[in-house]
Amino acid sequence: MDSSLATRPAEIPPTQSPPRPDGGRPRSGVTWHLSDRIGLALCWALGLLFCAIAVAIVAYLLVQGIKYLRPSMLVTPASAGFSQSETGGFSDAFFGTLIVAVMGISIALPIGIGVAVWLVEYGRPTALARVTESTIEAIAGIPSIVLALFGTVIFSSTTLGFLSRTSEGIVFGRSFFAASAMLSLVALPLVVASTREGLSAIPQHVREASYAVGKTKIATTRRILLPASRPQVATGAMLGLGRIIGDTAIIVVLLGATQNFAPVGGAFPLNYLRGAGTTLTNFVYEASPTGNLDQPQKAYAAAFVLLLMVLALNAAVDIVHRRARKAGTWSS
Amino acid sequence: MEEYGPEEYGPRWSDQRAEQMLGALVCTVVGLLLALIVTVLVRAWPSFAHNGLSWFGSGGNVDEQINLIYLSGLGAEPDVYTFHAWQLLWSTFLITGGAVLLALFCSLFVAVFLVEFAPEWMSNVLAPVVRFLASVPSVIYGLLGVLVLVPFIGNHLVTEPQKASVAGVVSLSGSSLLAAVLILALMIAPLMTSIFSDGLRSVRPGWLEGSLALGINRWRTTWKVRVRTARPAIVAGTVLATARAIGEAVMLAMISGSVAFAPNPADGLIFLYEPSRPLAPTIVKNIDLLGSKPANATLFSIAAVLLFSAAMFSLTGWATRRAMRKYGATA
Repeated sequence: MDSSLATRPAEIPPTQSPPRPDGGRPRSGVTWHLSDRIGLALCWALGLLFCAIAVAIVAYLLVQGIKYLRPSMLVTPASAGFSQSETGGFSDAFFGTLIVAVMGISIALPIGIGVAVWLVEYGRPTALARVTESTIEAIAGIPSIVLALFGTVIFSSTTLGFLSRTSEGIVFGRSFFAASAMLSLVALPLVVASTREGLSAIPQHVREASYAVGKTKIATTRRILLPASRPQVATGAMLGLGRIIGDTAIIVVLLGATQNFAPVGGAFPLNYLRGAGTTLTNFVYEASPTGNLDQPQKAYAAAFVLLLMVLALNAAVDIVHRRARKAGTWSS
Repeated sequence: MEEYGPEEYGPRWSDQRAEQMLGALVCTVVGLLLALIVTVLVRAWPSFAHNGLSWFGSGGNVDEQINLIYLSGLGAEPDVYTFHAWQLLWSTFLITGGAVLLALFCSLFVAVFLVEFAPEWMSNVLAPVVRFLASVPSVIYGLLGVLVLVPFIGNHLVTEPQKASVAGVVSLSGSSLLAAVLILALMIAPLMTSIFSDGLRSVRPGWLEGSLALGINRWRTTWKVRVRTARPAIVAGTVLATARAIGEAVMLAMISGSVAFAPNPADGLIFLYEPSRPLAPTIVKNIDLLGSKPANATLFSIAAVLLFSAAMFSLTGWATRRAMRKYGATA
């Protein structure tokens, strides 16, 4: 008893100014112990380091992009050549990224919204809801290279042979269809999570008001709940898009092997979609010193374009967030 | 009112029908995951069956083994499955472990800074920065790694005597454990930071005020109350980031050196400069071998190990976050 009383005052840190009523920032760390001050300094240092790294990445790619990127690269397809000036641009990769992004998200969005609506609005039986939740989590955790390998099994089967190039009964299994279908799985968890968040933020009385005027559950969902959670759905879609255009493993396995579109026979859009192709991520991977092309200048240029796309998506997410905040939240 | 009445949808959009359709969709998604797991396991089975536990053991060079497996599938000779993945497993362990430890340290401080100590203007800058770093495609990290960090390590950090000392075994070009750990940590740190800061933010203000009222300074209150209360979020973030790190394939294929080699920490600090190749990049590098049946099984067995570990990690993270919700915290 005595000893504990004797040691206690030593543990209490020296007196300091009381926290401000607004729970504000520390006025200064001068009265703190040395270890606490070192900790705070470490916080600042690491925070600034993060900012410095982000600035360095953007600035470095900006410099390299300005140095090597020519507008003509976006409209000239890649071609074989001996030097970096002879090998054309990466138009096929650029448009490939756009195709994959559009197709991937147009598969992921309806499925994701459907799953989220079921989870929030229906969710019976509860066991299935549990299983679904953990399924979505598990899909989010599956490495994309494993998804890609799974894709090779599905899309090389003869029943799905019409989705890619087939010769003498052997299904090639590499096409925009195959890649987009697997990429949609990468985006799916983000769409589901974001849509769920939006739906569950809507207070119950909104639903009750709608039921009270005679609307069915599904009509309420379609007419009221989904429109109200549009910002979150849009956020989820854009996060998903970011993941889709940034993914490389699935593209390398299910689309790549070429730096040009390789259309197969068939009507116009389908022949391209059934054929193999490339995207910017694949181009960067192949054009890096470890890839097959080894054209670092082109790789920088393509990486710069890719980074601009990612930055644009980030900015769009920010704008949607800000607008949603301005529009206010539900009063409960 | 007519326009919005339920009759508009009639039997086509009747409630029961809609519920059934959504239920079917959900079941399809669940079924797809099951199909994925079963497919990967079935395809992987021959490799595991032939090797047994020695699949995880050491012995021989993995690259040579994969080559033999591939060749045996082309000819008429019986298929060869002998595969000892220790070099790949060890490399995965070193790179993932190193990156997660480094990222955990950095992210925890940054998250504390973001939530508690950063002035308004600073957190307005830092939050978008974290989001940006999380959304940079891995191939860009790989490109910067291979064109900036790897040459730097190769030219400035590794000394000539060091290169000469291991010349007969591996070449120290800069593609190394060190480069892989640094870039991988950079990739997963933003993910950890955002989960950590969500968790730290959800700590009840009353608990913090109680501590401050006792005269505990702000730093210690943060550390002893805020961070401790948010421990589940820290576990969840770490575990989810580990899952992400294990599955990273392309970036590591570019900068880890892509040699089947197990760096030995007992050799001293030089092991940081030695190249290696984890599990996931092995699949990317050997993807052209899928046509050979035994090679196919071997690649799928690697995928099965990745799938199992990543799924376990992300489910653990999910369960930890769920447990948090019980205490009123959301992350």
